[in-house]
Amino acid sequence: MNIAHMLARKGGHVFTVRPEQTIREALAALATHNIGALVVVDENDRPIGIISERDIVRWAVLDEHLFSRPVRELMTKNVIVGSPEDDLKSVAHTMTEMRVRHLPVVVGGRLVGIVSIGDVVKAQRDEYEGEVATLQIQITEDRS
Amino acid sequence: MARPGNDARPLRVAIIGAGPSGFYAAEQLLSHHGLVVEVDLFDRLPTPYGLVRYGVAPDHQKIKSVTAAFDRTAANPRFRFFGNVEFGKHVTREDLAAHYHQILFTTGAQTDRHLGIPGENLAGSYPATEFVAWYNGHPDYVNYQFDVQQEAAAVIGVGNVAVDVTRILLRSPEELATTDIADYALDVLGESRVKEVYLLGRRGPAQAAFTNPEIRELGELPAADATALPEEVALDDLSKAFLDRTQDRTTMKKVEIIQGFAAHPPSGKPRKLIMRFLVSPVELTAADGHVAGMRLARNILQATSAGTLVAKPTDRREDLPVGLIFRAVGYRGIPLPGVPFNQDWGVILNEKGRVLDPASKEPVAGLYAAGWIKRGPTGVIGTNKPDAAETVAHMVEDAAEGKALTPTEPEAGAAEALIRERQPAYISYPDWQKLNEMEVQRGKAAGRPRVKFTRVQDMLAALGR
Repeated sequence: MNIAHMLARKGGHVFTVRPEQTIREALAALATHNIGALVVVDENDRPIGIISERDIVRWAVLDEHLFSRPVRELMTKNVIVGSPEDDLKSVAHTMTEMRVRHLPVVVGGRLVGIVSIGDVVKAQRDEYEGEVATLQIQITEDRS
Repeated sequence: MARPGNDARPLRVAIIGAGPSGFYAAEQLLSHHGLVVEVDLFDRLPTPYGLVRYGVAPDHQKIKSVTAAFDRTAANPRFRFFGNVEFGKHVTREDLAAHYHQILFTTGAQTDRHLGIPGENLAGSYPATEFVAWYNGHPDYVNYQFDVQQEAAAVIGVGNVAVDVTRILLRSPEELATTDIADYALDVLGESRVKEVYLLGRRGPAQAAFTNPEIRELGELPAADATALPEEVALDDLSKAFLDRTQDRTTMKKVEIIQGFAAHPPSGKPRKLIMRFLVSPVELTAADGHVAGMRLARNILQATSAGTLVAKPTDRREDLPVGLIFRAVGYRGIPLPGVPFNQDWGVILNEKGRVLDPASKEPVAGLYAAGWIKRGPTGVIGTNKPDAAETVAHMVEDAAEGKALTPTEPEAGAAEALIRERQPAYISYPDWQKLNEMEVQRGKAAGRPRVKFTRVQDMLAALGR
């Protein structure tokens, strides 16, 4: 299982925001689409950062005027990105170790998808369940 | 009108593709508590089970025992099988929309990915999946030919298809004769002159996709020695660091098994497996229009930003004299007529199994996907069970909300009449069970699990049709 397989069943839509948009707009997008993070893209749709609900919550405690500030000021700039051939095992390890909840997936600078820690957990669970189901069958149905 | 899903008005579902995903989804729909569902399962081949019959290797009968569970599903009175009926040819999306509330596509990934290197399509170079379909008696492949008069062969890839093909090439005629391999393949492979098989991985032993039982089996073949090069199976620093961090015992064991191949001298068996790592084919070379060799680039490993170790070619080259090549670098789905497709990943355009409209990216009412045509080719047979469960949960949820097709004739009889008109030679489950019984009987005399029918006309003739 690799990132390509995880993205294949996600419809391919990635929600993005521009760096000059406000935190208020970003929050509205997060709420509307029921997601946890937005990829920040430049005018050529290249990912330049990421902004998550956590980033906003943490800053909101410190700054009352947060909501009218531009996304640029809060976004995480050094984003860890994935590529379609990244395998589930290393992605799961990296996201857990680096405490990253969202991994934008990039091909040749172009944003092609995003994988969340929830996607990773589900993919791992499906792999384990699949192996268990296969083993069960071989034990209970073996006629050879 | 009330929502379909009760005794008076069952929810009628057409499933296209009778492989594991089709059966898992059928089982989950039929056993869903509080919902009455009728399932018609279609396949373009007369036989059910998809890749369990035509993909799983003939010397792995134990894996095929999953069909016993599929047969129990098929015994449900609300289940019907329509084999030898092709979507897009005998029935269209519109035909089905007139008879079913929901259509689920479980057509799998039917074609090969390409290497994209010069010489790829030379005579003597084949997609591994065609060889697999051929030796398993898939009716579309019975007339294919493979040049096993060559002494040296290479299999590109380290997934389970690559391992299966390698093993079949290295088994003796006596070993193959106890399996349900197609009779014609038994004849051809019985005359095989292949002595050496190179199994080529572009990354190292710690990144190989095959499982430990699969690799262990390669080391225990009665007629072939398994070998590897010590310098290629020694772990590089990046792989070592990754294993140290993750403490991944399964992979550590895998590396240990492969290093064992390199450590022991061959015992003099007639055939030989040579496992190669950190090499990528860059060109196939020809002599007289036939593959004569393969140019390999030596690779090093590099970590991506997300931590995966990927192969990066160096300037170093090597020539491998091989006259037979199987390319096993992955399957890919093919588009179905009238169904949105996602070219990026080679799957039906979908979100968690709901087919999406390409323009609006909103779900198309009543259309679903599961299995490899939904997520791409990955996992073991059982992985399709949770995958189908995700799609089925959405089918049930949508049906309860009235998001479904609006068939004009949602009756089992009307659907059957249509199929009979379009494809009089359709195969029912009882028909298949008769064929199955005949195959098993034919196998008994020869001490084989079965002797397969490999031509559609032979199957029909055996049924007196």
